Amino acid sequence: MINGAQIMVKCLENEGVSVVFGYPGAAICPFYDALMDSSIRHILVRQEQNAAHAASGYTRSCGKPGVCIATSGPGATNLITGLATAYMDSIPLIALTGQVRSDLLGRDVFQEADITGSCEPFIKHSYLVKSTADLPCIFKEAFHIATTGRPGPVLIDIPIDIQQGELERFVYPEKAEIIGYKPRTQGHPLQIKRALEMIQKSQRPVICAGGGVLSSGGKRDLVAFAEKTGIPVVSTMMGIGVMPSEHPLYLGMLGSHGVPAANRAIHNADLLILCGARVGDRAVASPDQITEKANVIHIDIDPAEIGKNMKAHIPIVGNVRLVLGNLHEKTTYHVSEQWTADVQEWKVSLKKQPKRFEGYVEPCSFIHNLSALLQPKAIWVADVGQNQIWSANHFVTTAGRFLTSGGMGTMGYSIPAAVGAKLARPTRQVLAVCGDGSFQMSMNELGTIAQNHIGVKIIVMRNTRLGMVRELQDNLYGGRHSGTILDNGTPDIIKIAQAYHIPATMASSNEEAMKAAKNMLETEGAYLLVCNVSPENPSK
Amino acid sequence: MKYTLSVLVENHPGVLSKVSGLFSRRGFNIDSLAVGITEDSNISRMTIVVDGDEYVVEQVEKQLNKVIPVIKVKTLPEGEYISRELSLIKVGCNTKQRPDVMKIAELMQARIVDVAATSLTLEFTDTIERTETLVSLLKPYGVREIVRTGTVAIEKGAGIARKATN
Repeated sequence: MINGAQIMVKCLENEGVSVVFGYPGAAICPFYDALMDSSIRHILVRQEQNAAHAASGYTRSCGKPGVCIATSGPGATNLITGLATAYMDSIPLIALTGQVRSDLLGRDVFQEADITGSCEPFIKHSYLVKSTADLPCIFKEAFHIATTGRPGPVLIDIPIDIQQGELERFVYPEKAEIIGYKPRTQGHPLQIKRALEMIQKSQRPVICAGGGVLSSGGKRDLVAFAEKTGIPVVSTMMGIGVMPSEHPLYLGMLGSHGVPAANRAIHNADLLILCGARVGDRAVASPDQITEKANVIHIDIDPAEIGKNMKAHIPIVGNVRLVLGNLHEKTTYHVSEQWTADVQEWKVSLKKQPKRFEGYVEPCSFIHNLSALLQPKAIWVADVGQNQIWSANHFVTTAGRFLTSGGMGTMGYSIPAAVGAKLARPTRQVLAVCGDGSFQMSMNELGTIAQNHIGVKIIVMRNTRLGMVRELQDNLYGGRHSGTILDNGTPDIIKIAQAYHIPATMASSNEEAMKAAKNMLETEGAYLLVCNVSPENPSK
Repeated sequence: MKYTLSVLVENHPGVLSKVSGLFSRRGFNIDSLAVGITEDSNISRMTIVVDGDEYVVEQVEKQLNKVIPVIKVKTLPEGEYISRELSLIKVGCNTKQRPDVMKIAELMQARIVDVAATSLTLEFTDTIERTETLVSLLKPYGVREIVRTGTVAIEKGAGIARKATN
């Protein structure tokens, strides 16, 4: 005989899961008990939201879906922000939640929450398990749904009696059959033909690459297509890392917080090739202005994204990697010398020099210079706020990854996501870069880092302000800083790190910061570097 | 403009809330939603009448397709389908007015399903437009209660909207 909890563990093993992130509670105890007999490593986080973020960092670093676990009621509801963050950025996760006994469902018993109902808008799919016998099939389906088509989080809610229920034997299904779920991966040949014709006729084409390029594994195909045709590339925040930052054809991130040359190129284009990008408002504030002047080819695995925010002249539904491969193979196009010259000129002339503030670290040049010290495949996890913009625009990489909460903008993402990334890629350098606001949202995870000896390097850009909103208040609310001043509410971060036995230093100039950074990278294990940044330092 | 969508879904608990939640969440206006099982008891059909423009109905279709238990979505082409709605209408009328109401019912081909001293209840199955006409004819007598099922629709001809294609 085998019980439901053991079946759950077996399902995870069958899916190749080697590490899970979670926080136990009464309703998930049978599963936690069964986990003791498995080789799967459990990482105890300090709050459930961070289990989802850690799973997200894990997924994005190694491609395998991350698994996060919480108990019923508050454990499950704490997961929601993490799941919503993953959903907005199309990150495949499996969330397992314990639930009260099936026969008590709906009676508002202790720690009962309708988690499948409350997560509905934030997940790709969910299951409330009604029978122990259904578990293998549901797990198979959940992993299939999470990782195929447009990836996303899937939640499985398992009442405690289902975990305790017994079956004769365990059989894991070979494949999932879902009648209403057959995602299309190959682009339609006719649409590809039309796209090639449109590219051929274009004078000033630009590629806009989003997170879909990375999640489809299409980075190489994108670079090959851009190099063959000479078409310049801009990226969304989720697309950072699609090309080496200093590639001559790469212009940087577009949008309200992006690089001026990238925006100039987009607004002067007569053809925009959107690849795995959903044209969020932060990337393109007024899509109509662009479509007035430019034709749009939109490649996306999710048909609902095409035409949602921006009119597309040629929609291509399919896996971005495959479609880019097709375009690369068949195109004979090359951009004009004039367009290349224009774009290169903007790249130089629109570059701004960051302003330095005496007695502080200037974050943009620090991030730029620190990037040069890193291994080529280093993983940079940016939090949310001014620090995110500094990181997005100044992190320089060739083959590394840039992880951040792009769609949801969830503060506190960087530290737990870096934990997940480091567990996925133990040999790579993993950095979490946050502000002192976002640090305080997940500084409890220093406990997870210390307990499990996770060698992440944390950089806190400390300006004792909620800088992004404060800047917004400067620009739109007459400089009335309502609720954005932390001042001495920011604790002595060095002491906090020391309390967890994590070595830490503080820097107040770029010279100091670089020296400390070198020391940080040479130090084995976790390290925390606090950079004092001027409250007046703008995000760009 | 009104669009009628025929949606095949897996007959699971929770599917209705997934679909209705999607409408409110994305700000789509829903005029009516009728659901019942099909010739295959594992599959239900929803007939949804949506108010919006071409952009909205395209988005509705695409977003519905993303719901995992949704098997197929089809916007029925204008003039190419039969649509009906069942209504039960309770009209207040005394014995003196009764012949007049019965006359209207006969004229409109509505069935009288309940008679009481001060009311008549009519059963009426037809298009939304004809239902509106009947209601306006009955208004002077006092319409006390209306229960409507929402529209159900089927395509004209031998074609069926059953098999999952994508």
